[in-house]
Amino acid sequence: MATLKINSIDVVVPEGTTVLEAARKSGIYIPALCQHPKLTPFGGCRLCLVEIKGMPRPVTSCTTPVSEGMEVVTTSPTIERLRKTVLELILSDHPNDCMVCEQAGACTLQELAYEYGIRENRFEGERRQYAKKDGNPFIERDLEKCIMCGRCVKICDEVQGVEAIEFGYRGFDAKICTSFEEDLSCEFCGQCVAVCPTGALTGKLWSKKGRQMGVREVDSTCPYCGTGCSLTYHVKDNEIVRVTSKDDTINEGLLCVKGRFAYKYVNSPDRLRKPLIKKDGVFVEASWDDALDLIADRIKGIKAEHGPDVIAGLSSARCTNEENYAFQKFMRAAVGTNNVDHCARL
Amino acid sequence: MDKHNITVKVCMGTGGIAAGGAEVLDAFVKEVSSSGIAAEVGKRCSSEKVGCRGLCAKDVLVDVIIGDQKVTYEHVKTDMVPRIVQEHIVGNAPVTEWAAGEDYHNFHNRQQKVVLSDCGNIDPEDINAYIAVKGYVAARKVVTSMSPSEVVGIIKASGLRGRGGAGFPTATKWEIAGKQEAARKYLICNADEGDPGAFMDRSVIEGNPHAVIEGMIIGAYAIGSDKGYVYIRAEYPLAVERLKKALEDARSQNLLGKGIMGTSFDFDILIKLGAGAFVCGEETALIASIEGQRGMPRAKPPFPVYQGLWGKPTVINNVETLANVPYIMRNGPEWFASFGTEKSKGTKVFAITGKIKNSGLIEVPMGIPLREIIYDIGGGIEGGRQFKAVQTGGPSGGCIPADLLDTPVDFESLAKVGSIVGSGGMVVLDETDCMVNIAKFFLEFTRSESCGKCVPCRIGTKRLLEILERITRGEGKPGDIPLLEEMSVDIKLASLCGLGQTAPNPVLSTIKYFRHEYEAHINEKRCPAGVCRDLLTYSVLPEACKGCGACLRACPAGAVTGEKKKLHSIDASLCVKCGACFDACKFKAVKKE
Amino acid sequence: MAGLAAIFGSGAMTNSIREIEDMEVIFIIGSNTKETHPVIANRMIKAFRKGAKIIVADPRKVPMVKFSELFINMRPGTDIPLLNGIAHVIVKEGLQNEQFIAEKTEGYESWKKSLGEFTPENVETITGVPKEKIVQAARLYGGSRRAGIFYTMGITQHACGTDNVRAIANLATLTGNIGRESTGVNPLRGQNNVQGASDAACLPNVYPGYQKVDLPEVREKFEKAWGVPLSPSAGLTATEMMNAAVEGKIKALYIMGENPVLTDPNMHHTIKALENIDFLVVQDIFMTETAKLADIVLPAACAAEKDGTFSNTERRVQRVRKAVESPGEAKGDLAIILALSARLGYDMKFTSPAGAFEEFGSVWPALAGIDYHRIAHRGLQWPCPTKEHPGTEYLYKDGFPKGKVPFTAVSYTPPAEITSDEYPFVLTTGRNLFQYHSGTMTRRVVPIEEHAGTPYIEINPADAERLRIEDHEVVSVRSRRGELEVRARITSKIPSGLVFMPMHYHEAAANLLTIDALDPVVKIPEYKVAAVAIKPVLAKV
Repeated sequence: MATLKINSIDVVVPEGTTVLEAARKSGIYIPALCQHPKLTPFGGCRLCLVEIKGMPRPVTSCTTPVSEGMEVVTTSPTIERLRKTVLELILSDHPNDCMVCEQAGACTLQELAYEYGIRENRFEGERRQYAKKDGNPFIERDLEKCIMCGRCVKICDEVQGVEAIEFGYRGFDAKICTSFEEDLSCEFCGQCVAVCPTGALTGKLWSKKGRQMGVREVDSTCPYCGTGCSLTYHVKDNEIVRVTSKDDTINEGLLCVKGRFAYKYVNSPDRLRKPLIKKDGVFVEASWDDALDLIADRIKGIKAEHGPDVIAGLSSARCTNEENYAFQKFMRAAVGTNNVDHCARL
Repeated sequence: MDKHNITVKVCMGTGGIAAGGAEVLDAFVKEVSSSGIAAEVGKRCSSEKVGCRGLCAKDVLVDVIIGDQKVTYEHVKTDMVPRIVQEHIVGNAPVTEWAAGEDYHNFHNRQQKVVLSDCGNIDPEDINAYIAVKGYVAARKVVTSMSPSEVVGIIKASGLRGRGGAGFPTATKWEIAGKQEAARKYLICNADEGDPGAFMDRSVIEGNPHAVIEGMIIGAYAIGSDKGYVYIRAEYPLAVERLKKALEDARSQNLLGKGIMGTSFDFDILIKLGAGAFVCGEETALIASIEGQRGMPRAKPPFPVYQGLWGKPTVINNVETLANVPYIMRNGPEWFASFGTEKSKGTKVFAITGKIKNSGLIEVPMGIPLREIIYDIGGGIEGGRQFKAVQTGGPSGGCIPADLLDTPVDFESLAKVGSIVGSGGMVVLDETDCMVNIAKFFLEFTRSESCGKCVPCRIGTKRLLEILERITRGEGKPGDIPLLEEMSVDIKLASLCGLGQTAPNPVLSTIKYFRHEYEAHINEKRCPAGVCRDLLTYSVLPEACKGCGACLRACPAGAVTGEKKKLHSIDASLCVKCGACFDACKFKAVKKE
Repeated sequence: MAGLAAIFGSGAMTNSIREIEDMEVIFIIGSNTKETHPVIANRMIKAFRKGAKIIVADPRKVPMVKFSELFINMRPGTDIPLLNGIAHVIVKEGLQNEQFIAEKTEGYESWKKSLGEFTPENVETITGVPKEKIVQAARLYGGSRRAGIFYTMGITQHACGTDNVRAIANLATLTGNIGRESTGVNPLRGQNNVQGASDAACLPNVYPGYQKVDLPEVREKFEKAWGVPLSPSAGLTATEMMNAAVEGKIKALYIMGENPVLTDPNMHHTIKALENIDFLVVQDIFMTETAKLADIVLPAACAAEKDGTFSNTERRVQRVRKAVESPGEAKGDLAIILALSARLGYDMKFTSPAGAFEEFGSVWPALAGIDYHRIAHRGLQWPCPTKEHPGTEYLYKDGFPKGKVPFTAVSYTPPAEITSDEYPFVLTTGRNLFQYHSGTMTRRVVPIEEHAGTPYIEINPADAERLRIEDHEVVSVRSRRGELEVRARITSKIPSGLVFMPMHYHEAAANLLTIDALDPVVKIPEYKVAAVAIKPVLAKV
């Protein structure tokens, strides 16, 4: 453990903790754009600069490990001036079209601009212009909104192990792209979308479906593989408009392409809407009462004629515990047979 | 004819080769062997290539040494070779009209050579040539009879500081690295010399690669490393080739590899080619590049000496720093410390270029006044024009004006006047240079070489450059100078690595010493040096114009009108300010203001 | 998972996903984790970043190979000789955990003798894996006491699937890599609630909580709980049901949320079975290939439209919450079953998901401590017997329910179907990253279909060259049971002689080709090995 002072407050944290982590643990706020708890430190946005006694210049708190007796100041006129300069520089190369941006309200850059009250900008000049060029159906990329924080590159490499994207080019022309701008080879897990602090990466499916207003969040569990990732449905007007996952879940906020993007089956026009009874080889819509009565009659009849063991039930791994419990109880107690199984083997 | 041995040394540094050194050497070999004199002098006469001896402006330089008599010829071409051979070598009568003059001797006599002492004297491709001048004696002594801490102690006593720019004490770096407990440690020689106009490291490796290798062996022994890298620009093919050969030769003599010089100490060196990114000279970016990642710097701390290449303790020393080491070990720390100032010991190699007569490579004691370098060694300004400033330290440095010419050249003094020693580039500027334009030039470089990782450097240098461009176009605004200053200070403080932290230096120092030039551009829309094209106006002086029509014919825009033998005039609305009329006029009748 | 239950006492993943990140060695066999369980693969990559060594054993060069210390590229269906060979080396080099063997196991000495023939040399001959790799695997896995094994259907979907699992369990037992944190034998469940459906006993031989139907005292307990007399004999498994249906022994079948036409092996056989049933009810969210054969189709609510719980592969019971209303008149499965039960004159005694879960916990002590309130934010892992119990991250901390763990000698049986001149290729089936199971859900998601909507068969470049097949060319694939046409995807990720097809696509349904040979114990079909012939559709001159 190491003891240090942050803004004159004693803080005790394990060795290897960064100054930023130590400050956050102690409830001391330091702004940051590129830092992310899942990723190794980057130190590119320069917003988390702090002053440390004995160091000749401000250092980024996200990259600096704590040491015994360290004395840190997280805010000072110089530090705040530098942060404001950095934000103005970023905003001088940003479309600033929050009105129509998918990320408005959930954008870290917007929030920082708000916090620092940046209305006028001392800097003006050329903005990067990019023609949109992405053939994938999942992720919308708007490179003009990219602040080069590198989170997407790092999560794709460090967490997802895919390395689909890289930093390319230099200086003002630097951008995030595939290596040598070859075709994208991507798992479309959308981890990059989840960690993007601006509107540079968003889901194509989300477009104009709703941002914050009128959107409810419902926590649930992913309906696909057996990992059981916790996810959050964003719902507007009885439609799921987005799926995300929170950081404090068992899956640590990570999802795969199916969990994050394959939710549109819910409101597919193919969904069954009414009970159907086949008459002369053709399905005819029926009322619930008619359908259930018919099923009950047929089961009763077959059971009376052949006994319960000619009746069988197959349940599903897609159904809930409660439904599966009720289904086997129905087969065993109401029908009277142990002929019940599900698809565990398949 | 006396019976002394005869040696012909032809400069075959990159500068020498570019001027035709290889052909000249061939010509000497051929002339000596085929002109019928072989029987007499051929056996005694050897022709060798040597590394750069600094004064590249006068290449090809050739020494003809007969006994202890040395005559240096300058600007030697192949067709001059027969006469030199016939008259000087055969006839023992030097061709005095081609011999180097006072300039050449002043250039050398005022220097103090340590790192360059063997450059230009020995064949860099022959390990025995280096060994003959006591090469590898120091390394042998170190690995066979000294403890690592003794080595560090000697370097500490010498006061050697890093020659790559920051001037960090070399012994301290080595000492810290030596104390690290690690399965492996690395020693990296930084030869990614990227400053425009700088060629110190290249010349040292081309001229004496074994000195660098010997320095690395000593350094590796001091820190306990068994693996070294030389990170060198791929654009230095000759240096790479000579280094490769030198490494092979050193291995074959058991100076590198397993159990070197019969001890239990293992050390070998790999060459890693850089792809020409300026930022890769920054040590953390250099490490990333060796690791196969994009050459982007990372924040320090942790410093490489604790966590460097592959996460292991790593010392990164500049070429010149390492090349000093064998000489220090050989001659003792007191000898080295006798050169220089109290805090900046030893000598420093500089590459002087720009508007100077004797442009080239020099080595001088630390603390020598700028004036001596420029006037005594460099021979002053070309064409007799007025000195205006000297830019030291490359794009990270600053411009020093004429009234500060007595500033001593050492780490502290240059920092005090807003510049740096840097890696040793010196660009001399005269009255025809516009200081706003110079600042713009360096910003163009740093803007395009910024890696793009951190905001202040990526966007800040771009915005600085845009403002400078505006000013030089005559679109400067009243608040521009304070804005440039504010931005520069913030970019320096907020940037991640040395590139961004120093990129605004040319702006700040030119504003500091040449504020009036900025003001002239912004307030009067005038470029005092007559460089910024958009601010120039060309007009014809009626009293001088002869109506010859030269300007009319030269003008690409059809802006000049006038009949033959009558006064011509320039239509400002059509003029593209190319200056063709100005250059074409033999009567100084075109006025530029 | 019966194979695992017979050895250790429970048929679930012994350890937890979180524990992966602290493992020293991760042995992945028969699992394409990166594509079928991507977020578990994330955890493995996290372990890799922390220094874990990963062994991947798979006939295909699956994506996790990128992170592996050792890739064992064995022939399909040769898992047993491989695993036994690794055990052989562990014993030979003395890497076994003597204390664990002495205190917690039985049958070691006789089992050890059964390994005799599995020398690295012999195993190399059978599996095609260089013997050095077998030794390396033994040293890696056997040399660590924080090593976990992970597998999925690549192990179980064989006629010898149960024996495969036994061979895996033997390795864990031999090294004592079980019953402690960051170890274990960890089957990864392929579907969201396979664990829950099994726990809840949609299984023919057990009541909820794996309580055997043929034990009288158990039956009495459930008769009392449910208030009716219950059948004393075990029922039919799904595959047996289909066989019985073909024979006319099943008159009525009620299918809730399943699509056996596409997911069962030997599709022609399944269709024949379903058509032979007098009364077929299918309750689903879409008109599936199976629903089309039904007499009555009931519209159900999907996962986003209902409340309840799912149990994931690490036994964690987690909340499912209703986010949107169902379309039209679609109803939740629970409501439908309740209404139907009432019509059959049986009162289920509960009316809500919470009530059903409470009753589930009352008949199975492992769930007794869990309620909706406790898992509002984060799920709990069973066993969780009391309301104060924190749940169980890893099993067998305090020993094994059956006392000592038996070593079971496992001999090698070649796959049920072997290649011949007529059917020279081995077909193996599985999933890809983008689609899910029979595709009823994912294939209705436009971007998924745009990106991964075309079926394909993976074939090695050398085989393709020999058969003069170009990338993306349509080929015909034929087995003894069926034939289909599909586009070739030429990739060196698959070895020569093996071909792979994903199971998701009805238009090129892999299960037209697969064999319905069953494992004798757990009745899992051999999806992973079928012999097929391949030729280009367009004859070439």
